[in-house]
Formats: sequence, C-alpha cells, structure tokens
Amino acid sequence: MSDHQPENLPATTAAGDAQTPAAEVVDQREGMFGVRGTGDTSGFGRLRRQVALPGGSAKPYGGWFDGATERLEGLVGDDAIEKVVVDRGELTLHVARERLVEVAQHLRDDEALRFEFCSGVNGVHYPNETGRELHAVYHLFSITHNRRIRLEVSVSEADPHIPSVVSVYPANDWHERETWDFFGIIFDGHPALTRIQMPDDWPGHPQRKDYPLGGIDVEYKGAVIPPPDTRRSYN
Amino acid sequence: MTDTHTADPYAQGRDTTEGKVFTVTGQDWDSVVSGLGDEPEERIVVNMGPQHPSTHGVLRLILEIEGETVTEARCGIGYLHTGIEKNMEFRSWTQGVTFVTRMDYLSPFYNETAYCLAVERLLGIEDQIPEKANVMRVLLMELNRISSHLVCIATGGMEIGALTVMTIGFREREMTLDLFELITGLRMNHAFIRPGGVAQDLPAGALDKIREYITWMNKHLPEYAELCNANPIFKARLQDVGYLDLTGCMALGISGPPLRATGYGLDLRKTQPYCGYETYDFDVPTWDTADSYGRFRVRLQEMHESLKIVEQCADRLAKMEGEPVMVADKKIGWPSQLAVGNDGMGNSLDHIKHIMGESMEALIHHFKLVTEGFRVPAGQAYVAIESPRGELGCHLVSDGGTKPYRAHFRDPSFCNLQAMPILCEGSQVADVIVAVASLDPVMGGVDR
Repeated sequence: MSDHQPENLPATTAAGDAQTPAAEVVDQREGMFGVRGTGDTSGFGRLRRQVALPGGSAKPYGGWFDGATERLEGLVGDDAIEKVVVDRGELTLHVARERLVEVAQHLRDDEALRFEFCSGVNGVHYPNETGRELHAVYHLFSITHNRRIRLEVSVSEADPHIPSVVSVYPANDWHERETWDFFGIIFDGHPALTRIQMPDDWPGHPQRKDYPLGGIDVEYKGAVIPPPDTRRSYN
Repeated sequence: MTDTHTADPYAQGRDTTEGKVFTVTGQDWDSVVSGLGDEPEERIVVNMGPQHPSTHGVLRLILEIEGETVTEARCGIGYLHTGIEKNMEFRSWTQGVTFVTRMDYLSPFYNETAYCLAVERLLGIEDQIPEKANVMRVLLMELNRISSHLVCIATGGMEIGALTVMTIGFREREMTLDLFELITGLRMNHAFIRPGGVAQDLPAGALDKIREYITWMNKHLPEYAELCNANPIFKARLQDVGYLDLTGCMALGISGPPLRATGYGLDLRKTQPYCGYETYDFDVPTWDTADSYGRFRVRLQEMHESLKIVEQCADRLAKMEGEPVMVADKKIGWPSQLAVGNDGMGNSLDHIKHIMGESMEALIHHFKLVTEGFRVPAGQAYVAIESPRGELGCHLVSDGGTKPYRAHFRDPSFCNLQAMPILCEGSQVADVIVAVASLDPVMGGVDR
C-alpha cells in the first residue's frame, strides 16, 4: 500500500479469494483535473489513488470454471496458463503468447470445452505496465455448453508479436487486422495483416493511450472550448 | 458520339503498373470499350463503391470479373470510421451512450442496451434495474428489430427492382419511428437507454399508440409475404444466391439471420437471456436453405415474433404505471428528468425549479453527477446481445475512473461482412448485390 493512501479511504484487499481477488496495481492517479507541477492550484495536488485491476484468483473458482480450467491444464500443461482471473462472473485466462494457438486449438476441439465460436480479439493498452503494455483480449463462446470465456495475452511495446489464431478461428481475420491497425500488435502468421479502418499510409496506432485524440477549439459567442483530451476533466 | 475523349475526360483510360485504368461514371460504356483497343483483356478489376447506392452506405467492393462472373471479391471498409471507441475514453460513462447510439444507426437501441448492460455488470447493479426499465428496453429493442428488418427488406427489394416492397417497407418503418419519437423524443440517436435504466417514463398516451401500431402491423405485415414469398421473379433472384452453410457460418463467426437461415436456431435471447427475455413467449424462426431467400424468410418471420413480444410488453407496461424506470441508487441514477415544453423536449421545469430554487444539496448532487459522473470499479466485462444482425458484443474495461478506459464493440455487421467473398466468388455480378444485401451490413456499425 502506498504511503500516500489517505487514512479515511477503505483499504484495498491485500489477499483475495475467488470472489474478491487480490488487486493488481497497474497505474497511479495523481492530483485532479489533469493539472501537474507548480501551476496546480486545484487543491487536489497531493491526491494519490491506485489503479488496481482484479488480480489472479485462487481455486476453487466456482461453477464450471474449475472443470474447464482443469481440463485445459490437463491438455496443455500448467505453464501455458499464467493466471486465472474470476471477476463479475466471468472467467479470464491469461495465456503465454507462444502457447496461444495450442490453447485455442484445444479450446475449440476438445469435447468438454468446445468453444467453437470466436467473438473476435480486442486490444487494451496499459502504458504503465512495463513489459506487458499491450493486451490482446479474445472472447470465445461455446454454443454446445452455453459458456463464455476470455483469453488475455500480454506483450511489450518493444516486442508486440502474438501468433495469429486465424488458422483455428478464421473469424478472427478482420479482428486481428483491426487490433493491428489500432494497437500495433503484430499477429504472426496472419494471411494479410494490413490496416482495415485507417488509411493504408496512416502513421501510428490511434487507440494507444499515448496517441492524442486530436480535435480543434470550438468557439461560440466569444467563449473557447478546447477539445476533450485537453479539457479540464476529472481523473 | 464521335470524339469520346472530349465527351468525358475521366472515362479515357490511363496506363498504370497494374494495367489500364478507367473511371466509369455511368453511360460511358462506349468510351471504355473503345479505349480497350482491338484485343481487350477479359479480366477486369472493378471497384464497386464506396459511393455506390447498392452497397448499403460507404462499402467498397473490389471485384475481379471475367465477363459476367466474379472470380475474386474483397471488401474495403473504414470509410465511415469515426473513432467512436477512442472518443468514449474522454467522456463520462453516461455520455458514452450518446456515442454508441450512433454506431449501427439502424439498431441504436441495441447498441445502447449492450453498452448499458456492460456498465451495469461492471457496477454490479445488474439485479437492481427496475422491472419497468427492463420491459421498456425490451419494447424498444423489439420495435427496433422490426424497423431494422424493414429497412433491410425494403432496400434489398429496391436493389432488385421490387419497388413496392421498398415503398411499403418505409411506410411501416415510418410508423415505428413515430413511436420512437413519441417515447424518446427522437427518431434516431436516442441516447435513451442509460446505465441504470432508461432516461424517462413512457409519455401519456404511448400505450394507446403502441396498440394502434400493433393493429396496423398485424394487418400490413402479411403484405410482404404476399408480395414476395411465392413471387417467381423475387425467388429467381434470391434462391441459391449467397449460399453459406452452417460450417461456413461457424468458421467465419457469422451470427443472426444468416446463421438461422442454415436451420440452426441460435438466438442469445433464448440461450443467454438478458433484460428478462426468458419471461416472454416467442419463437426463433429458422429456414433450411442457407441462401439469400432463406435469410429474407427468417427476417420476415422474426418481425412477427417481435410484434408478439411488443404486445406482451404493452400488456405489462399497462400494469406498471408510476413505477420507477431508473435504478434507486442516487449515486448512479441520472438526476434530471425530461419534459415537453414550448420549444420541444428539454429539461423538466419542475426539476430546474427544485435544484435552482429549493435545494442546495440537490443542485450539488445534480452538478456532480452531470459533470463528474460516477466512478465504476476497475475490471472488465463482456456482454453480448442478439441484435437484428447477430451477436452484438460490448467489451468494456474500467480503471476505476469516471470514463471508460477502453470500450470495444464486436459489431455483427463487421463480422458478417467477412463472409462477402465466400458468398460472391463464382457468381454473377448481379448476384453480388443480392448476396451483400442478404447480410444486411450497416457501415456505421462496421466502421464505428
């Protein structure tokens, strides 16, 4: 726990069970309204708050989660799954990137798992999680067993390579292109990894957190309103 | 025309590394053919769109054709990308609704509901949503399914020359939009479904209008079946066109009417119910031909089923007068109410009087919720609902702040459009239009 944590705030859970998993700190909020340094007259300058995402859960996970994760671990070994997070009734498996295709293949083909429907991949950028800044999040749907599962793969900005799962789930073709376009995650083995939403010659990857939103000042009756990303706002 | 070059300067060919390129603008086929010389190449690559009326918005189809046969087909998308997901990261959770409603503009209530359900799961208030809000969400979604399918059938009919289907389709859609206008104040871009419930209660007289609508639709919906179902020209254009079987659908992640037209009745309203769908009586129509005609029949039948649900919603709402439509938690529920004034829908004067003249605390509360919004505990959620086009998924990530850390939508139009090449390759150019229309892609949703 940080020294800056005010006394009157409820303490964050140190060690968690399956229902309230131990939090994983990914960032720290400082101050308020985006003001920094000596110019801060907001009075919130020394406010520190941790940004903590739900961390790994311990067994038992509850419901069908235990059976499914055990089955998968039996098929691919313990080292493929780095972490299991159970949060808000959803199961997330953090998968080592070099084992992703193998895991996906078993999830699709094994009779007890049968996640035959892939709802695509989505990127999330955590710039302060050093070494694993970029996350690729896959959502799978088992129509046979009526279950949903989430796979998460993290890589660093310096080495943003993840093997493509298009060979297992052809539906992911455009989704991987979109994630490459917006986050710059390179899906090795994709049949044609090109930009899909932005123009072919676009520089940068717009959904990364360090990519500005852009926009121009709006003037109305003499008052000037800056674009949303440079506006004073709560953080 | 003797001198084709002066007639249309853009039609004259120019040589590129890829071969000779012509810009065809219509009624200039002669100049193109003459420009090809004596021994023209049979293989032509045609850019259809992005400004082509029958590609449903700004969709670009790249077709390689030999004579009349399409040998290769690809989609070019992104012409309507507006960065909605990025913009949402800079606005409060409630303001996010205003963005998502603009994505798939033919089914705005589905976008809003998927987003709100995901926010509610993150907040952990899924069980606290008032019953009336859920019924109103279902009512609006099913009305929206009817209006969306009507546009699909109407524009699809227009593209193959069935103009009456278009005129009556838009007639009925107009009645649906009138209901939206009555209930939400707007024909589109409603932002009516909010995290925690819906923006306001049903206005007076809305139930009577809904019942009138049901009577009208029961009378007029069968007209589509009479016009199309056994029409030999209609069937000749649609049957066996755009074939995609269950295996193909599963591999490509196709959901919605194209999947149900293969005979497999997957519907998230039945298998993973939300908003209380398990308490309504309705069937999931299927068809077994896996072609464009089957998709048309599935949509047609779905409108009847939706009408059944609308009727049940109206019955329930009649018994729910005065019940709350927003979550009881004052730290989440939107403080303001809307009312119709002299200049149209706006903030309720009673509420303004309360915060400006009666209660300082109410003013502070209003100000904090409207400017700062509420904080959502950190974590992620994925919620999928059955939109008129298939599985609409919303993946939300919160970092515990007042704004979404990341919002992503798995739009069914985007996924279904991946099937375009497999539907079109090997068919005639004219069938491409039918096949694409049978997927019913909405570019606002594809590009976001």
